[in-house]
Amino acid sequence: MGERSVSQSLLQVTDLRVEIASRRGIVRAVDGVSLEIPAGEAVGLVGESGSGKSMTLRAMLGVLPSEARITGGQVMLDGVDLVQLGHAELNKIRGTKIAMIFQEPMSALNPVMRVGHQIAEGPQVHLGMNRAQSAERALELMRRVGIPDPERRFRSFPHEFSGGMRQRVMIAIALSCEPSVILCDEPTTALDVTIQDQILRLLARLCGESGTSLVFVTHDLPVVAQLCHQLAVMYAGQIVERGNVQDVLTQPWHPYTLGLVRSAPDVDHPRSSLVAIPGSPPSLINPPAGCRFNPRCKFAEQDCLVTDPPLRLVAAGRATACLHHDRCLEALRTEGADL
Amino acid sequence: MSAVSITPAAGSPESSSQAGAAERAQPRRHRWYRQPALMAGLAIVGLILFLVIAAPIFTSYNPDAQNLNATLQGVSAHHLLGTDQEGRDTWTRLLYGGRTDLRIAFIAVLFPFCLGTILGSLAGYFGGWVDLVIMRLVDIVVAFPFFVLIIALVFVLGPGERSIYVAITLVGWVSYARIVRGEILVAKRQEYVLAAQSGGLSNLRIIGRHLLPNVITQAIIYAMSDIVQDILAIVTLSYLGLGIQPPAPDWGTMISDGQNFLTTHWQLTTIPGVAVVITGLGLSLIGDGLADLLRPGQ
Amino acid sequence: MTFVLRRLVLLVPTALGVTIIAFFMIHLIPGDPARTILGIHATPQKIAILHHQWGLDRPLADQYWLFMDRLLHGNLGQSLYYGTSVGGLITSRLPPTLWLIIYAGVLGVVISIPLAMIAATRKDGIRDHVVRVVPLLGLGMPSFWLALILQTVLAVKYRLFPVTGYGSGILGHLHTMFLPSLTVAIALCPVVIRSLRASMLNVLGADFVTTARAKGIPGHRLFVRHVLRNAVIPAVTVLGINIGFLIGGTVIVEQVFAVPGIGNLMINSIFQRDFPVVQAVALVFGIMVVLVNLLTDMAYAALDPRVRFDR
Repeated sequence: MGERSVSQSLLQVTDLRVEIASRRGIVRAVDGVSLEIPAGEAVGLVGESGSGKSMTLRAMLGVLPSEARITGGQVMLDGVDLVQLGHAELNKIRGTKIAMIFQEPMSALNPVMRVGHQIAEGPQVHLGMNRAQSAERALELMRRVGIPDPERRFRSFPHEFSGGMRQRVMIAIALSCEPSVILCDEPTTALDVTIQDQILRLLARLCGESGTSLVFVTHDLPVVAQLCHQLAVMYAGQIVERGNVQDVLTQPWHPYTLGLVRSAPDVDHPRSSLVAIPGSPPSLINPPAGCRFNPRCKFAEQDCLVTDPPLRLVAAGRATACLHHDRCLEALRTEGADL
Repeated sequence: MSAVSITPAAGSPESSSQAGAAERAQPRRHRWYRQPALMAGLAIVGLILFLVIAAPIFTSYNPDAQNLNATLQGVSAHHLLGTDQEGRDTWTRLLYGGRTDLRIAFIAVLFPFCLGTILGSLAGYFGGWVDLVIMRLVDIVVAFPFFVLIIALVFVLGPGERSIYVAITLVGWVSYARIVRGEILVAKRQEYVLAAQSGGLSNLRIIGRHLLPNVITQAIIYAMSDIVQDILAIVTLSYLGLGIQPPAPDWGTMISDGQNFLTTHWQLTTIPGVAVVITGLGLSLIGDGLADLLRPGQ
Repeated sequence: MTFVLRRLVLLVPTALGVTIIAFFMIHLIPGDPARTILGIHATPQKIAILHHQWGLDRPLADQYWLFMDRLLHGNLGQSLYYGTSVGGLITSRLPPTLWLIIYAGVLGVVISIPLAMIAATRKDGIRDHVVRVVPLLGLGMPSFWLALILQTVLAVKYRLFPVTGYGSGILGHLHTMFLPSLTVAIALCPVVIRSLRASMLNVLGADFVTTARAKGIPGHRLFVRHVLRNAVIPAVTVLGINIGFLIGGTVIVEQVFAVPGIGNLMINSIFQRDFPVVQAVALVFGIMVVLVNLLTDMAYAALDPRVRFDR
């Protein structure tokens, strides 16, 4: 990202690699991902299932499942590399500087613990508050996220809440120690559309108010469009395009992004036909040689089969991994710009 | 781009490479000879069965033959594991005792298996008051500790082999009934049952030919641990003098015979116990192995 | 409260059934029960007395009614051997058995939780396999045999514990009853460890544990408040199901360690052909299990808030 100087980025991920041990071999779930999260901005991370976006988030916070390991890269926060930190120090960062919210609020909350206590737990552990203080704090947070009747709801259990309310609880938990970054792992995917919208607005408002950065993982393009400033597109464990949200979605510079954009139905701009991307995601144990997207790419040429192109800056604030990104521009022009 | 629209249909939904890899990996897991637990269990039980069935090959002594000149001897060339207080060869008694105990245990497991499976299928398939009555009965029998009921029944019926079969059957059918009923409750909603019913097949035929074969695997897995339980019950009864009556050789009797000599000749009591433990281990491994095999685990 | 009441009401038919089976045992005796039981001591007068006492000359329903009537008045019959009231015998012998059951339960939990934790957190490692295989040995182990060995080694040979008995005073009980309780606990462990391990694995992989990790909750707090708290719920159910084994296991262990409890009473009465006592003890055991199941249900509801609101 050329325009901003490095020191303004809050969180910097450089060449992150995550491997998962499986029976059939080593799965390179995250294969050299680099991201910069500026202060106060929302960065979207988009891709299909299995592209490695959740793993990237989890690796940033070190909450990978037991079969997965970070095998390379750095995650710099305030000059400290989180990857190198020991367990105890990492725990101090989790919840306080970086927080995370998850996709399935029903299973993401402890079913036998009262909601208020779950929100209060962070401040108790990290901020040294006693029960009364943390309870006060929890009530305040519940009001902020829009949970009605917080005094009574404090003592409720997760199963007594609806999906949208549970997600609000998760957001309250995430905000409880005032982190500078919130990582969001598809938090609205499991919610129905009207609730989805409410939660997105809530997130946008809260982060606007407190200047918190967001990293928002989703496979849903319109959500990203609504909420984020920057966008990174992931495919097969790698980032294939990066840039400002509007730019990337209106003028994609990677065939995969183009495919994503084209296959998303859009109420406001009906297209003559929806075009799904042919083929299926590649094996992450033995990825295709050269550019990983080449088996499914309309524009693939000889050099695409040979080299695995790195992500490179091609204009101010825009990066792409496609060797022939100009073909995308051509395609847009010829097939009519109804995006 | 507007805010509200449907998610893009990018690529195929859940078939990421990992899921595909896992699906292809499953058939391998299901090859039975690749289950270490199952193989170990079969090896152990196989060896034991072989030894006890072919006992006359492995020992020339008679299990009842007393030799009062050679009592309480240690390990020697003549007596592989020594002799007991009446001069009987321990190794021989071990083998023949195993014959008795294992024979009774394996037979004893069949009656509750059959009775429980039948009652459980009826309860599960027909539901209604049949289910209510049978399950009430199950609750009541289960309320008694297994061993308490067995021992009370054996007392009432008189000691000996026949009482053991009756007592175990009367008490042991409940677990099978529960398991089979549970399986049938689920299975009867499957389409092949509906198809059979609409084809006009009689209920009996549906239960017997269609449902049971699919449902019986859980009962068989349970039967493995049930055999272990039965061996323990038989051995305990014999220890108390209520089971296999002397002079028939039996592991429980051997343990009780040897308990007076625990501080001096501990092997008399220890060895038959070890035999029970190892047999139990083998059977449990088979049960576990079968369970892993027949139910796709993670 | 309504939860408890509802459960109690459901218990009544089962409890009744227990009494019916206990009652019926006498009719399983081949031949004339009175004659069989008296054996060589049978005289026409004694047989007649027993016939009258048990109402054997009356129709079955009457007999059951007689039995239940006496039962509800706390009369469990007369011991043929001691000549005293069976109820009195049982009451005096109940405390050691209760001690044994509770002590064994506590020991079992204390042993199982750490082992299951080790196995679950180091899944598929060496420690996990050891923790999974060793209990299989326990499953096939006759408890009286284990009792004999522990007794011989720890009590007789090394004199760490008394060989038999009940002890006096709380500390005395704790000391004397340690070996018998340990024996019963070890018999219970395989099943409890297996189910605890499975439920811990389930919970460890659960999303809310990831959430808690992401919150930065330190290890021990995470384990107790989040993992354990959820993992014990299914384990309580399993414990409840196996409580019958726990209680049944006490019978034979009492015999080996000569603990003066009701299990011991039952076995001795069997040898003394004291049928009323055997019948009464069996009945007491049955009711005990029914009550313990109720307690387990209540414990489950107390632990799992999702159940409380269940229709």
